[in-house]
Amino acid sequence: MATPLSLKELSKKELLLTGGHRMCSGCGAPTVVKMVLLASEYPLVAANATGCLEVSTCISEYTAWKIPWIHNAFENAAATLSGVETMYRSLKKQGKIDKDIKFIAFGGDGGTYDIGFQSLSGAMERGHDMLYVCYDNGAYMNTGIQRSSATPFGADTTTCPAGSVIPGKPQQRKDLTKIMAAHGIPYVAQASPSHWSDLMKKVKKALDITGPKFMNIISPCNRGWRSGTNDSIHLSRLAVETCYWPLFEIEDGVTRVTVKPKEKKPLTDFLKPQGRFKHLFAPGNEHLLQHAQEFVDKYWEKLLKEEAFTNPKE
Amino acid sequence: MARKTQRVVAVTGNEAVAEALRQVNPDVSAAYPITPATDIMQRFTGFVSNGKVKTEMVLVESEHSAMSACVGASAAGGRVMTATSSQGLALMWEELFIASGTRLPIVMALVNRALSAPLNIHGDHSDGMGARDCGWIQLWSENGQEAYDNTIQAFRIAEHMDIRLPAMTCMDGFIISHSIERLEYLDDDVVKNFVGEFKVTNPLLDIEHPVSYGPLILTDYYMEYRKAHAEVMSKVSKIVLDVAGEYEKISGRKYGLFEEYRLDDAEIGLVILNSAAGTSKDVVDEFRNKGIKAGLLKPRLYRPFPYEEIGEALKHLKAVCVMDRADAWGASYGPLFMDIASCLSPYKERPILINKIYGLGGRDYMPEHAEIVLNELAGIAKTGKVLTLKEYIGVRE
Repeated sequence: MATPLSLKELSKKELLLTGGHRMCSGCGAPTVVKMVLLASEYPLVAANATGCLEVSTCISEYTAWKIPWIHNAFENAAATLSGVETMYRSLKKQGKIDKDIKFIAFGGDGGTYDIGFQSLSGAMERGHDMLYVCYDNGAYMNTGIQRSSATPFGADTTTCPAGSVIPGKPQQRKDLTKIMAAHGIPYVAQASPSHWSDLMKKVKKALDITGPKFMNIISPCNRGWRSGTNDSIHLSRLAVETCYWPLFEIEDGVTRVTVKPKEKKPLTDFLKPQGRFKHLFAPGNEHLLQHAQEFVDKYWEKLLKEEAFTNPKE
Repeated sequence: MARKTQRVVAVTGNEAVAEALRQVNPDVSAAYPITPATDIMQRFTGFVSNGKVKTEMVLVESEHSAMSACVGASAAGGRVMTATSSQGLALMWEELFIASGTRLPIVMALVNRALSAPLNIHGDHSDGMGARDCGWIQLWSENGQEAYDNTIQAFRIAEHMDIRLPAMTCMDGFIISHSIERLEYLDDDVVKNFVGEFKVTNPLLDIEHPVSYGPLILTDYYMEYRKAHAEVMSKVSKIVLDVAGEYEKISGRKYGLFEEYRLDDAEIGLVILNSAAGTSKDVVDEFRNKGIKAGLLKPRLYRPFPYEEIGEALKHLKAVCVMDRADAWGASYGPLFMDIASCLSPYKERPILINKIYGLGGRDYMPEHAEIVLNELAGIAKTGKVLTLKEYIGVRE
């Protein structure tokens, strides 16, 4: 029987990513991974793109993974897992495997939005039965906080440093979640570890659907965000409450906003506690904050319209 | 064991390799089309669509993903193959090392083709030479028959429990891949029995015994892993000969680490890979008819390179020309030349070596080229004087 999504029941389940791994204190990624694995009722096989999660969880003779796990390279977690999943189908067809196994790929935003984008797009288009989970911390954190196409507008990174001429990243984020939805795959969702129940429900739903699924999960990085090590859940909640990171799902083309903040907080509530946006609060940069707010507002309004459009009233 | 009846066919090199792959019947194949290898996978996917094989295809969006998916599929626990050429192999480069470093017995048909730029789709060895040190086994093939035979043997060699390394089989693009020759095919059941069941080691899909593939290994143990890989490579020659011995019993065709052609008593000789060896052998015969002691050595197992054996086979010659269908820019000599020079360096008495670069981008290699080179060697053998250590032949000045 499926474990109900109650903390009491979940606490009895075995964690499939053990403690003792070497992720930074306060990193959002292992929390995200534990939630994803905990939500599964199926035996899992995971692939991992090169990145923080990968280098910190399997070093030399040690592994933090209690499920079969493969790391190949940076840009190919989706392609690698598509090979694993295809071998599974081949062996199952031949009667050499009888269990129902589910497949999950984990990649950071660098390995997903950027260098691994082609591999991800190809795997989704081919229709492999897998869930791809991007833990999005908004920069190449593993190599030392370089900008990615997931880095938010105005953020200070080591390759788009806030300087006297260029005030941080000049571009907005790539909307990967919608790009994945445009592949026409059966399930796409955005989630946040602050809303664990919403996150785990989405994972459960995704794993019950046959075919390619994609989840984008915000994952605070205190090193890159220049925030406290105890701020991950707080910041990911603010990302949701300011509508910077809306929680929604797109199932068979129908959009549903799964969490609607009672009161939409100003974006500055999310930006202010993070050192990477400090320069935006300097006098004279008000227009930059306004620009960032407008982007969030437009996206949120469009999302609500999309929800209304794809869910016609009876 | 008596030699079984074989089907005599007239087929292209690509068709022969596709037929070998059908008979081997792998569990998974991931591939991306590229000229001149495309034809292999086109034919193979035809077998898949018509239920002639059990293979599940992954029709990926690039060669990088092709080899990535092969790595995933092989680690999952089954028999895996692919095919590529040129730019495709170049795009796989990162994955070639990961496949071999992870000790995954993937078999890949490489249809040799020139590398860009300028763009050229015809046969030379630049692609295979660029991948010679990536920890794979390489078997080179003179013609369609050898490509067929090497493909079948490659599975046995790669999957041998003492080795477990990926292997690529090489044949010349267009010259062999698209030319029709007379070949002998083994019966399906003979091939099936020869390759046997795939032996699984630490499969990712064994969820009762979870394993982690692809760890981070830094200064503490990385070097030990590399040394272990080198030690495994040193076992390959013996396995190649054992497998060739077994293959001879079912096919009647004899294979070694390399082919020696009229080399025993030769004074001058060519060292040459793949299809051009066929042309050269005819010219060697003409020289023999003229009373000139010419011979030829054609490497088959190019990686790991059988240095000692080839050194022994060549040491008695007076002059040898190493023919390279690829150049190693900045290294003065072609890649095959450098290996042959290394083979002979331990000997005090050794042949004079020269190097010719021929046939790049599919430029024809004609009998007169071999004739010119053998005449030059005859002169060197007589006088001991070398005019040019290395030069391009069959090229405009």
